[in-house]
Amino acid sequence: MHAIEKILAKNSGRAEVRTGEIVTAKVDFAEINDLYLQTVYSFYEMGGEKVWDNERCAFVFDHYAPCPDIKSASNHKEMREFAQKNGLRFHFDTHCGVCHQVMPEAGVIYPGMIVVATDSHTTTHGAFGAMGTGCGATDMATILMTGELWFRVPEIIEVRLEGETPKGVFPKDVILAVLGKIRADGAVYKAIDFTGSYVENLGVPGRMTICNMAVEMGAKTAYMQPNQAVLDYVTPRAVRPFEVVSTDPGYQYAESYVFDVSTLVPQLACPSSVENVHPLPEVVSEGEVRLNQGYIGSCTGGRTEDLAAAAAILRGKHIAEYTRLVVIPASAEVMQECMEKGYIQELMRAGATISTPGCGACLGAHEGILAPGETCITSTNRNFPGRMGSTGAKMYLASPATVAASMISGTITDPRQYL
Amino acid sequence: MKTELTGKIIVVGDNVDTDQIYPGRFLAITDPKEIGSHCLCGVDESIAANFPQGGIVVAGRNFGCGSSREHAPISLLNMGACAVVADSFARIFFRNAVNLGLVPVICKGISKHVEAGQTLTIDLEKGEIRVAETGESYPCEQLGEQAMKILEAGGIKPMMRKRFGKE
Ligand code: SF4
Repeated sequence: MHAIEKILAKNSGRAEVRTGEIVTAKVDFAEINDLYLQTVYSFYEMGGEKVWDNERCAFVFDHYAPCPDIKSASNHKEMREFAQKNGLRFHFDTHCGVCHQVMPEAGVIYPGMIVVATDSHTTTHGAFGAMGTGCGATDMATILMTGELWFRVPEIIEVRLEGETPKGVFPKDVILAVLGKIRADGAVYKAIDFTGSYVENLGVPGRMTICNMAVEMGAKTAYMQPNQAVLDYVTPRAVRPFEVVSTDPGYQYAESYVFDVSTLVPQLACPSSVENVHPLPEVVSEGEVRLNQGYIGSCTGGRTEDLAAAAAILRGKHIAEYTRLVVIPASAEVMQECMEKGYIQELMRAGATISTPGCGACLGAHEGILAPGETCITSTNRNFPGRMGSTGAKMYLASPATVAASMISGTITDPRQYL
Repeated sequence: MKTELTGKIIVVGDNVDTDQIYPGRFLAITDPKEIGSHCLCGVDESIAANFPQGGIVVAGRNFGCGSSREHAPISLLNMGACAVVADSFARIFFRNAVNLGLVPVICKGISKHVEAGQTLTIDLEKGEIRVAETGESYPCEQLGEQAMKILEAGGIKPMMRKRFGKE
């Protein structure tokens, strides 16, 4: 069996599971973000009284952190009251950051578990050898009542990443290249297992970036076999004992794709689809695409390593006149670390606008919204029409280094010339 | 549950994501009617106001991709849609739709053969879609057992209320 199947089998009390089967599995941790007050409503509508386990579920207030308007403030208020009433052991209010960053930091994510959250990017936690998947508000309410959810055992695709990336090519470039090949619906209802020497040697932040965007191919979940970097990260934090699960040798994948990452160059997902991916030097010539805004942040590209890459490029330089660079650290822990290392100060000196940890403008709620006719380059994960504001704005997805390099001239730029 | 659904259709393209179905800027809204009034405004702002009540949305591939927001099926239902027929659906959207009683039907290539304003009949038992105006019919995928069980109960909410002895 595959590790994902073993996890599903273990949590549904079976010796084995088969592709296509429907199983009801225990959820080890459930997370509700602040877009999902509906979860509370559905919970009561269905006759819920108390959550099934107050140590295994939490709210994260990240999309509206802090609240931009009365409506979201009122939603927070109702959710906060629910959390208090249920005596939830974990509660991540507006001072914490994006759910997919704060959960691993708090030690509630560990290998071999099932985590379900009201957020599609829950695939991120495959980085830790966990099975993470997203669901809607009402599915979540059923979890809060019962501690379990039904799953279809997915087909598993292998994406084998071999080699070492050249200078200027980051995990974000790697996943964009994969996405361009497999396309936005290439893995719908399936799971993606990222394997290969690149993954074996990859640190936690890069692993998270790659698993995070698996959902942009439609994947139900993503997986990476935990390596030493993961164990070093998780062991001191984990709130309960865990066991690393491994795929049996000779496991037959539904499909396999192989990528040699040593041949990659910086990538761009052009407007307005995540699958519209091209090698940067092939689609834009120097000075061709004028930018109004650069954006560094989110559960894809707002970690310490992302801000470090941007700061390294912008050190001693300044962003172009009449442009703006919005930087939103993914969590308070990330922001603290970036301040200690001086990245925040360097980015501010270069003209960046720093805002509070959270989702920020990633989903167009606040803090860096785009006007009609504007163009933005961003380290986030989606460039759908209207994602960051006006449907009349254009978004390019790129690595944080490409975003930083581009803001110096105010036009999309290959970061390799600054490295 | 009715095993035949009939309604007038509108047609949208490929990869219509949940931001186009229901943009992020409206996510704090909780009133269902108001949620319905913004449905599909990322595709065309005039769709919701003119949607035929009890109608069906026909789409290309990967309908409902992107964010897991339940606002997407809630807005479709409250705009007056009873079903969505598409080449393929994103997984979370599919689950959310079934949970709330919006019927998602997979029918490959259908969006290329029909036009807005036509009347479709979806026969869930037979796994067939008929177009009244042209007399053509197309095979569609049958919903799985789990999905049918939920839809037959009228959605996941009545099902859970029963399980928890609330009715
Ligand atoms: S940072 Fe963006 S993609 Fe990540 S959870 Fe927040 S809104 Fe979603």
